[in-house]
Amino acid sequence: MTAEVLVQGLVSGLLMGFVYALIAAGLSLIFGLMEIVNFAHGEFLMGAMFATFWAWALLKLDPLVSLPLTVLLLALFGLLVYHGLIRWILGAPMLAQIFATFGLAIFLRAAAQALWGADFRLVKGPLVDGRISLAGIFIGLPQLVASVGALCAFGLLYWFIRKTETGLALQATSQDRQAAMLMGIDTQRMFALGWAIGAACVGAAGALLAMFFYIFPDVGATFALLAYVAVALGGFGNVPATLLAGVIVGIVEVLGGLLIAPALKYAVVFSLYLVVVLWRPQGLLGRF
Amino acid sequence: MAPVARWPVVRWTAAGVLLLLLLAFPLVFTQPHPRHVVITIFLFAMLAQAWNLLAGYCGQISLGHAVFFGAGAYTSTLLGKYFDLSPWIGMAVGAVVAVAVSQLIGYPVFRLRGHYFAIATIAVGEIVNTLMINWDWAGGARGLFVPIKRPDSFVNLQFHQSKQSYYYIALGLLLLAFWITRKVEVSRMGYYLRAIREDQDAAASLGIPVAAYKQRAMALSAALTALGGSFYAQYILFIDPDSVFPTALSILICLVAVLGGIGTLWGPLIGAAILIPLGEWTRIYFGGTGKAVDLLIYGALIMLVSVIQPGGIMALAQRGRRRTG
Repeated sequence: MTAEVLVQGLVSGLLMGFVYALIAAGLSLIFGLMEIVNFAHGEFLMGAMFATFWAWALLKLDPLVSLPLTVLLLALFGLLVYHGLIRWILGAPMLAQIFATFGLAIFLRAAAQALWGADFRLVKGPLVDGRISLAGIFIGLPQLVASVGALCAFGLLYWFIRKTETGLALQATSQDRQAAMLMGIDTQRMFALGWAIGAACVGAAGALLAMFFYIFPDVGATFALLAYVAVALGGFGNVPATLLAGVIVGIVEVLGGLLIAPALKYAVVFSLYLVVVLWRPQGLLGRF
Repeated sequence: MAPVARWPVVRWTAAGVLLLLLLAFPLVFTQPHPRHVVITIFLFAMLAQAWNLLAGYCGQISLGHAVFFGAGAYTSTLLGKYFDLSPWIGMAVGAVVAVAVSQLIGYPVFRLRGHYFAIATIAVGEIVNTLMINWDWAGGARGLFVPIKRPDSFVNLQFHQSKQSYYYIALGLLLLAFWITRKVEVSRMGYYLRAIREDQDAAASLGIPVAAYKQRAMALSAALTALGGSFYAQYILFIDPDSVFPTALSILICLVAVLGGIGTLWGPLIGAAILIPLGEWTRIYFGGTGKAVDLLIYGALIMLVSVIQPGGIMALAQRGRRRTG
């Protein structure tokens, strides 16, 4: 293998990594707030991708144009899921929490299949198309735009969590629920907000991915699994660290494909999850 | 009526009557389809019971049990294909392989708790699935046909004329799973497992060897699941990674147990008796359209159960009984 191929792989891995990071950030935020893993996260992503697809197919809106709408739609959906389902299982045993979101995942996936069929769809001729070549390295423009977009969304999220008062209240709730309540923070509202923001992140990621990725009911499964790996790497609940973690997942995926075998790349990434949670359960940057 | 149900005599009589009805079923229903539905119920009740041993009694939510199912299915099929061994021997070897695999997986994974454990089992399942797809000697992604043996015989565990023998073998496997679960439930091990489920640290502080008992529960669970896998291979006569190793199968096994009520002896059978016919009927009425209506209903049911009564139908029944009694 030449160095050129390796650099090409690293660049593509890095670009995808930013998108993984954005998906994982929503998951991590929700987990940090209420220790619930959203097993329907991949299906949220699938929903966002379908929303983008239909906006393109029916309304002739480019994925980049419909992106704000998709984000808003997903945020509303996150609120709906919180008030319709999650709120009722906050105090329930972990088993009920796992299966509530699992049931939601199965339901959403089946609903997509019932409504739109299992066909693979693709947004043809998006606004940004083609590729550029930099010093012998080819970069797909949609991929580039997607990763830059994901990075911007991540920056926005970071700014919101760290610099705004609501963001600080979110952080306080995730650090110590009781203390936050005593400080006058409405933790229920923070939970709902967490689901809205978490879903909005996936909404942005889905809209960006829809520019170049096939869209079908099961599309979320792989992305969700990669997001769990990224969340574990960054440390459950540590949102900023998921940026680094997402990039690592993206690069490991590509390197696994290049150095071992393309068919085994996901096995390599999932092994990474096991290695991380066993030897460093607090994540790469976490402190216990 | 409530106190009556607590009398052991009445309970055992009810169980006996149920068993007689199940034994008589294929004599009344001679068509293949009703028999197939009940065979599938038995199979999934058995798999859910195996999962229940680990998840229900010991509290370890595994979402990767398809690994053991596939281990059973592949071991018996490969031994039959390459070494011409009887599926019964293959079944036994499959159980041993599954136990070995379960101990290998369990050693690192049981150090994790809660969500970390659940996601780790999904990761293991996906890794094994990927490896099997790429393992050419074992059929790879194309899968394996079980070598056809004629004439029908018990030794070959193949019956091409009627499903009756499959029916009784599935019932036998189900009874085995029930018997083992019952044995565990009333034994010292059963109390240990429940103690671990309720509070692992408290159990450890009382001197229960937590890690060893988790491994034992996992081994029992894996062996039973593998038996189901070998039976499935002999019944369907074709296996591939997509049918015996997918995460979707692991999830379906859990759903059956969760709907019926986990940590109870009868929950898995009740769950299977509801979910499997539901899946069959929706497939008949909405079938051929690829509309996944069965999954739509499963998903909604599981959300409902989680919100209303995480203990499943068994807990609902007990609550009702307490009210009337």
